[in-house]
Amino acid sequence: MRNKLLSAPYLVWMAMFTIVPLCVVVYFAFTSSATGAFTLDNILQIATYTPIFLRSIGYAIAATLICLLLGYPVAYVIAQARPGAQRFLYMLIMLPMCMSFLLRTLAWVSLLQDTGIINNLLGHFGIGPLPLIRNAGAVVAGMVYNYLPYMIMPLYTVIMKIDHSLIEAAEDLGCNGRQVFSRVVFPLSLPGIISGITMVFVPAVSTFYISQKLGSTSTTMIGDVIESQFKAAYNPNLGAAMSLVLMVLIFLSIGIMNRFAGADEDEVITV
Amino acid sequence: MSESLIRLTELSMLFDGETVLDGLNLTINDSEFLTLLGPSGCGKTTTLRIIGGFLSPTSGDVFFNGRRINDVPPYKRQINTVFQKYALFPHLDVYENVAFGLRVAKLPKEEIDKRVTEMLGIVSLSGFEHRAVTSLSGGQQQRVAIARALVNHPKVLLLDEPLGALDLRLRKDMQNELKRIQQAMGITFIYVTHDQEEALTMSDHIVVMDKGHIQQIGTPEDIYNEPENAFVADFIGESNILDGVMLADYKVRIFGHSYVCLDSGFAKNEPVDVVIRPEDIDIVPAEAGVLTGTVTSVTFKGVHYDIIVDFGGFKWLIQTTDFQPVGAKIGIMLEPDAIHVMKKSVYSDSFGDYSSYSDEYDELEDDPEGLCDEE
Amino acid sequence: MKKLGRVYTVVIYLFLYIPMIVLIVASFNTGKDLTTFDGFTLQRYAELFRDRTLLPLLGNSVLIAVLSSVIATVLGTAAALGIHSMRGRIRSVVMSVTTVPLMNPEIVTGVSLALLFVFVGVVLKVNSILGFVTLLIAHITFNLPYVILSVMPKLTQMDPHLREAALDLGCTPVQAFFKVVIHEILPGIFSGAIMAFTMSLDDFVISYFVYGPNFVTLPVEIYNYVKKPLQPKIYALFTLLFLMILSVMVLMNLMQMRDEKRRKLQRPE
Repeated sequence: MRNKLLSAPYLVWMAMFTIVPLCVVVYFAFTSSATGAFTLDNILQIATYTPIFLRSIGYAIAATLICLLLGYPVAYVIAQARPGAQRFLYMLIMLPMCMSFLLRTLAWVSLLQDTGIINNLLGHFGIGPLPLIRNAGAVVAGMVYNYLPYMIMPLYTVIMKIDHSLIEAAEDLGCNGRQVFSRVVFPLSLPGIISGITMVFVPAVSTFYISQKLGSTSTTMIGDVIESQFKAAYNPNLGAAMSLVLMVLIFLSIGIMNRFAGADEDEVITV
Repeated sequence: MSESLIRLTELSMLFDGETVLDGLNLTINDSEFLTLLGPSGCGKTTTLRIIGGFLSPTSGDVFFNGRRINDVPPYKRQINTVFQKYALFPHLDVYENVAFGLRVAKLPKEEIDKRVTEMLGIVSLSGFEHRAVTSLSGGQQQRVAIARALVNHPKVLLLDEPLGALDLRLRKDMQNELKRIQQAMGITFIYVTHDQEEALTMSDHIVVMDKGHIQQIGTPEDIYNEPENAFVADFIGESNILDGVMLADYKVRIFGHSYVCLDSGFAKNEPVDVVIRPEDIDIVPAEAGVLTGTVTSVTFKGVHYDIIVDFGGFKWLIQTTDFQPVGAKIGIMLEPDAIHVMKKSVYSDSFGDYSSYSDEYDELEDDPEGLCDEE
Repeated sequence: MKKLGRVYTVVIYLFLYIPMIVLIVASFNTGKDLTTFDGFTLQRYAELFRDRTLLPLLGNSVLIAVLSSVIATVLGTAAALGIHSMRGRIRSVVMSVTTVPLMNPEIVTGVSLALLFVFVGVVLKVNSILGFVTLLIAHITFNLPYVILSVMPKLTQMDPHLREAALDLGCTPVQAFFKVVIHEILPGIFSGAIMAFTMSLDDFVISYFVYGPNFVTLPVEIYNYVKKPLQPKIYALFTLLFLMILSVMVLMNLMQMRDEKRRKLQRPE
């Protein structure tokens, strides 16, 4: 049908501003910043940043798992609520995502720092000050705080859609509460889990603000390094190489995860 | 009256390499009620959508009043459609739904008002003008859909299984209603259904289709009484289909007995399919019958009993008002007009054996919604 | 068990909302610090409205958000209609490309666009290519998937015969779209547009890489405050934005509720 032509402007746009830029990244990654000639130096240089890559992945995995553990019950509770309450609760999950994450992270600093709100409170009871900030725990907590809604959203969408008669059928066939969960609800919510993991892991592994504000020099993440290549050190070629490696790592892990879970292409993102 | 209005020539349709229509030829007369009948996937909906202009045939032509209309878009055809699930516009009320086509055609306000009011009267929906279409019952929505199409005074109305979503009682009422409207308006209805009873009740002509081919075209009586092959015989009503040999004109041999029949024009000793309708078989005492068999199952159907009788391994379905217990030995008589002889076809031997009675019957009763032939 | 779930949910919501409450409280604080509440004042709001630096930046953010979400909504809706009529392989390829900006880390999207713009700038021999146009392009690019992904489900839900019915009744394809189809997918278009708008308004990472000194958005400026102390009037701004977004969301919810009620009536199962 002629209808297909309607997507032409969009396709041109995506080619120009999604695909071409990625090609430019590849181009920069394989050229020298000094001479502009082809080189593998940038890619090879990344080896020295391996600890930072590993740290980023470690933090992101930790944050993702914590989000899943914290978020699943919340999503479940929301999905079980009355329809009116469901909307309201879901809206409250979405709301923080729309607010400046920079300011919200700053608020965390004020909560966690040595003279911050929490330590002040604890001080009244003669405890502390506890070292709540400038460590790996604070960075991971900051990630969990920022990305928890991204986990709850797809989980809720999937759990909500589970036909209640399936649960009744499972009960009818002799499942107790825990079996209903492990044999029916959990497998059916797998697509939401996959999509939640992706939506938390990707921004977590590549963040560069949270680690700057809540971490220390020993918690530097790959996002920080990439940012400094563009904004401080100005070695865009090395930055491009890092971005490329980061992107490839992420797409590989998403691909592997989808393969394992047999997830289909259905997008679980809704408003 | 009956001159050709729509002509389909060598119409073929392929979807993703699969043949849905294969060289279809069909002439549709003005002011007739024509039904395309067949199981799902037979190509009937595809044919309808080609006539409506929603699909372009892979090859072949569509003529309307002698003019080729293959490339005429739906909005320029004097044809309107009643869609399977009505496709009423949910954002418009009953009046605006019916007025839709007239508004698009930019008719004067008074004209629109007059025609819409009149049409709502015809479909017995006066007073429903400003109801939301979503608040109507299935039958009412159905009538809005019909009014919305007919108000444009189309030459042809296409109906795609329009009664499929209604319950049995309502369906019967609407069948009469549709026939009445068609006769009152005097326009051509092309009706798609998989329900043979619906087809027999309403149509002037029935086109029986299967696997993209027309199997038979004829009046309801022709189709029922003179099916052309085993498929048609089986699809329309219940039939016992037997192997026979044509001994001579008006003489056919079945199961070693020869019978007088009303068919002629076959070669001598030509193998044929013989159809015997279950209601045409007379039950007589065992000793008086030409054939004797044992009753193996009895089902009460209200008006009659369905009994399955085993004649030496071959099971027949007989419909009778006399109760026969399971295990009874009975005889049967066959009048010449109970026997219908057909040429052998690709469908021979695939229908007509009631050995697995219940399955076969179910297959006919519950239709798989006829959705598969959509695209 | 049910009670436990409820308590737990409340705790998680507190976890999500305490930092925002801290910021809102700070907007009424006479002191400049987030950690200690010295006294109640509305002075921050007065400062905010007198302000000549923050509000223009908010204006920039809103301008970019409005333009990018409107353009993305038009382009994206057209694209969704086009993709909807595609089949098989082509469709899944296009959908995969559509999700790339969603899957890709924001920093990579930002870096890739920045490199493209700089590259183009070098080719065109323009010194300062980064600015309004590059920001707009970047925002449209990451907004498009949100629009498409919220319009597509509405198209799939829609009875395909509705469009055909309109054509059947004499509408040209364009008329059929504006008279019938658009009414069916409007909720999707709306939520896509609003989502695009909020994403754009709050975007920092991508903007950070493609903004120029001549055109700065609010989140970028907040980030640049890292070096200087944050002015407390920004908390007042946060509070106002919070209320604004809250009311937009409530409105959206009411709209969706109406839409769902209508659908329920339509299919009385």
